[in-house]
Amino acid sequence: MWNSPGEFLAMGGYALYVWSSFGVCMAVLLIEPLSIRARNRVIIRRLQQEHLADQFDKEGSN
Amino acid sequence: MSNVNNFSNSRLINWFKLSSPSTFYPIAGKLIPIFWALTALFGIAGLWVSFFVAPVDAVQGQGYRIIFIHVPASWMSMFIYLVMAMWAGLGLVFNTRLSAMMAQALAPIGAWMAFLSLWTGAFWGKPMWGAWWVWDARLTSELILLFLYLGFIALQASIDNPRRADKAGAILALVGVVNIPIIYFSVKWWNTLHQGASVSLTKSPAMAQTMLLGMLLMALCFWMYSIAVGLMRVRTIILERESHTDWVRQLNEVKNNVE
Repeated sequence: MWNSPGEFLAMGGYALYVWSSFGVCMAVLLIEPLSIRARNRVIIRRLQQEHLADQFDKEGSN
Repeated sequence: MSNVNNFSNSRLINWFKLSSPSTFYPIAGKLIPIFWALTALFGIAGLWVSFFVAPVDAVQGQGYRIIFIHVPASWMSMFIYLVMAMWAGLGLVFNTRLSAMMAQALAPIGAWMAFLSLWTGAFWGKPMWGAWWVWDARLTSELILLFLYLGFIALQASIDNPRRADKAGAILALVGVVNIPIIYFSVKWWNTLHQGASVSLTKSPAMAQTMLLGMLLMALCFWMYSIAVGLMRVRTIILERESHTDWVRQLNEVKNNVE
């Protein structure tokens, strides 16, 4: 169907529209899980610090 | 007889167990990689069909290929809203913690899907209609859907008490459901610029099938993606909202790998 990579990229003259749609779609679908992972790391780190503080308290009282 | 009773009892207990965050959290963690693998599988197959199998459109040339993300994103934006409203409603009726968290986890995905639907629609409308945007029934109702998602997120974020935030959000979500049939039937009820459903599928049958296949594969990819991301976010929300509980303190990821 496509005779050359250039022809594929040109999308029959619709390159701007097709690639803007697919590009932004890919970007959004990547950003979302990455931002969740960052948010997850924040809460895990907070919980780890609380755990450390608890242990420290216990050792101190013994 | 007593066996039957036992059976139904254990089933009941299992359902309640699954609806508790402490049981759901590890199960969701195991399911996430499966749904990511399915996302990749359907995504690669769908993109292959979209760009290398589906033939060029007689009227719209190569520009029609936007359909392969535009339609799945639009479907998901509507469907996720219904699922979100269902979870929010369940949370309102049964006062279960997990259902409200599910609704909260789904809202951003739905908002992104509505955004993608509008964005890809604009980039499709410009070459075909000559306008990025028109105040057409379908486009306007989809824009309202995006605002409903954003309103739901903003409303929940603005109330400090999580249980009250859940309730207020649930009512907004349930009222907003009225918009879904409006979007769906807008192309029938009003004269609009937006093409009717399954527009290109009525041309030559061979073409219709590969195009439909591409669209369905991409829709499955978006489905699996939404489930994977929804599970990821609900796990984070569970940790945030249950951080005071014992079971969260006992989690391996909390106790181990201390830096």
